[in-house]
Amino acid sequence: MPRKSWIQLILFAFILSIVLIGCSNDEGESDKTEEQSEVEDTSEEAGDETNKNTLIYARGGDSTALDPITTTEGETFRVTKNIFETLLNYGEQDTTIQPGLAKEWEVSDDGLTYTFQLEEGVKFHDGTDFNAEAVVYNFERWMNGDAEEFPYYTMFGGYKGDEGHVIESVEATGEYEVVFTLKRPQAPFLKNLAMSPFGIASPSALDEMGAEEFNQNPVGTGPFKFVEWAREERIVLEKFNDYWKDGLPKLEEVVYTVIPDNSARLNALKTGEVDLIDGLNPSDIQQVEDDSNLQVIERPSMNVGYLGMTVNRDNPLSNKTVRQALSHAVPKQEIIDAFYAGYAEPAKTVMPPSIQGYNDEIEDYEYDPEKAKELLAEAGYEDGFEFDLWYMPVPRPYIPEGEKIAEVIQQSFAEIGVTANLQTVDWATYIEDAAAGEFDAFLLGWTGDNGDADNFIYTLLDKDSIGSNNNTHYANDELHDILIEAQTITDQEQRNELYKKAQEIIHEDAPWIPLVHSTPVVAAKSSVTGYVPHPTGSEAVTKTEFK
Amino acid sequence: MTAYIIRRILMLIPVLFGVSLLVFSIIYLIPGNPAQVILGQRATTEAIAEVERQLGLDQPFYIQYFSYIGDLLTGDLGTSIKTKTAISEEIWPYLAATMELTLVAMVIAIFVGVNAGIISAWFHNSWFDYIAMILALIGVSMPVFWLGLMEQYVFAVRLDWLPSTGRYDPSTVIDSITNFYLIDTLIQGEFGKFKNLLSHIILPGAALATIPMAIIARMTRSTMLEVMKSDFIRTARAKGLNNIWVVYKHSLRNAVIPVLTVVGLQTGLLLGGAILTETIFGWPGIGRYIYDAIQARDYPVIQSGILIIATIFVIINLIVDLLYAAIDPRIKYK
Repeated sequence: MPRKSWIQLILFAFILSIVLIGCSNDEGESDKTEEQSEVEDTSEEAGDETNKNTLIYARGGDSTALDPITTTEGETFRVTKNIFETLLNYGEQDTTIQPGLAKEWEVSDDGLTYTFQLEEGVKFHDGTDFNAEAVVYNFERWMNGDAEEFPYYTMFGGYKGDEGHVIESVEATGEYEVVFTLKRPQAPFLKNLAMSPFGIASPSALDEMGAEEFNQNPVGTGPFKFVEWAREERIVLEKFNDYWKDGLPKLEEVVYTVIPDNSARLNALKTGEVDLIDGLNPSDIQQVEDDSNLQVIERPSMNVGYLGMTVNRDNPLSNKTVRQALSHAVPKQEIIDAFYAGYAEPAKTVMPPSIQGYNDEIEDYEYDPEKAKELLAEAGYEDGFEFDLWYMPVPRPYIPEGEKIAEVIQQSFAEIGVTANLQTVDWATYIEDAAAGEFDAFLLGWTGDNGDADNFIYTLLDKDSIGSNNNTHYANDELHDILIEAQTITDQEQRNELYKKAQEIIHEDAPWIPLVHSTPVVAAKSSVTGYVPHPTGSEAVTKTEFK
Repeated sequence: MTAYIIRRILMLIPVLFGVSLLVFSIIYLIPGNPAQVILGQRATTEAIAEVERQLGLDQPFYIQYFSYIGDLLTGDLGTSIKTKTAISEEIWPYLAATMELTLVAMVIAIFVGVNAGIISAWFHNSWFDYIAMILALIGVSMPVFWLGLMEQYVFAVRLDWLPSTGRYDPSTVIDSITNFYLIDTLIQGEFGKFKNLLSHIILPGAALATIPMAIIARMTRSTMLEVMKSDFIRTARAKGLNNIWVVYKHSLRNAVIPVLTVVGLQTGLLLGGAILTETIFGWPGIGRYIYDAIQARDYPVIQSGILIIATIFVIINLIVDLLYAAIDPRIKYK
């Protein structure tokens, strides 16, 4: 029956094509059913296994390196924090100083000599012993490098031979005793030592492999050891059985995987393919909170998002009264409600409240368009003026949606007669031009490195930092003297007083309109416990487990 | 024939030279300094100058260009600024991942597109024709990232039939030989892993297939319509040949040349242009590799990556040209 058979064939092709072309998703629906059941089976098996001891952590980008000292990039530290340990640690959710590989330390009265007693019986993943020589080896290696090789080492003021370098020498005075001698006091010295890039690497592994190879096959003393890195796919770590802290880590295996798109990453968490994700869109937080299988975990804030006004350009923003007027014209709470889903607090000074030295007595410029108009009139700009307001093209933790936030600010400036023309450019150019002082006004922010006030105020607003991170080119000699003094004394109480004074000066001169301190959040399966996000943005998953 | 192929391959040289000059000029002209990107927001002016010196970025344009070309001639694709790894070493896994995805997408696109085109032509002006062509129009204009997210939502989150992202289950171990994981697992007889991989490739493959599928369907339909009006088809039918035979044997063979051209072009485009699909589905392919490099101003990677894609593009087109001759005996290359 040839006629019947071709009708059947056409009909079959017809139905198939309708299904396939109509919605390409349905592709292979017919032949998928059997396959699906098997896929489900395997994922369930994997699921059971996962629930016991493998954590799958999805993030937006891959690490650039696995030797933490070679980069400044946060996705690297997120992983290496598990592989390497530092001499000192931060507190679980703050930046106070806690013991790490060093169990005790003493500081001489002049603040120039630091003596560390190291933990005994600590082993590197390659089986060699951690000791004072290993510490010396690492610091010698870093200080003999340069900014391209070891960018974060500049926290110690430069490299060997540089004028600014604060470390005179690092010596092993015993099997488990190290002495650091400084050229001059550096107040945040201990906080710097706790930073993730300064994780102690195995000297014998470094010697054996060379720096390049080591960067792909890191060896430290941390709770997890490195297994595999498939770029842009995943990094696999497994439990280090000889870890020096008893009973830790709790997981057998950690897998860091990459899903660049925020929505796709959330989808993967919902389907159970991954256990934990970062970079949640603020607009998706509600969804996660409503899902009983998922939980939202907050990361304490250590950042600030601000609107900077370049003070030395030929426009009205060089006038202090004008800057104060604009400070009265930004509805911070409205911005937080609209773009941070409430996970932020309004900022009134340079640094977040969690940093020691925060000045809570500062009265913020309250949102008051009438007051703003008065101040403008006082400065001689009752008819308003025009300037360029730049916003960043990429989401940052402190400013998730640059364009939209800039639009709100533009609108509220318009109400007081000031015209802000919105501008943007790609991110690499943006930070370059901002540093060069080429923007009239701009949105930007900062996430602290070491949790010290110096790392906010001096880095962002001192005249020494013009050209690097003082993008407003604000220069105040009185402020400079205070900040330099605070760098050299080690008494924290005294330093706090100085920083409070510094914040008052900045508040008065208003080179910035501080906008927010945001609280980044991660989302996880509700069965994940013991995951404690750290304000610096990276933490080991030592105590994480599934309940 | 051999002479023709050699000539075509020799023609690659000026093409690639042109591409390299073009890409090099563009990335030289765009603002954004790799030294700044490497050192991040924390960079000092001195550090930036130092890094620029080390990378040779302080040299004039032509010196940078010629030293790059010199390296290329010795087979050195350069070293990534970001990862400090030789590009020739690190590019292959990305390329293989994209090729695998492209291949699956093109199989879907050709199978569905060609058949839909044929049926539309056969039932010309019927409701099937109208619906299929409207869908094809929608397919051509569909934003891939939206389609991708919807696929994930429906098939992974709602129905839980397929995994939403990635190339495989993150806790699966795959011993890679060729970096074409589907092939690797088949060779090793790891059918469970093969299925795992297959289930991961279906959604991104379907998303990536949408546009070429629609273009192929439209192209097949229009050429088939033309062919079916021609005299030899009438003769074939007059001889009493079965209709389906006429369609697939006589008409399709004559209609296939323009379709093949489209297939070749689309394959080339997918290889380099799958960035959105790769981003949504967390697929570690060449599109994302180059996109990340552009973000990081990783000049050597941008340059060499684009050169490699251009080479593949030219080779695919060469293969398509050779296929013409294989399919249509009237075409001969000398």
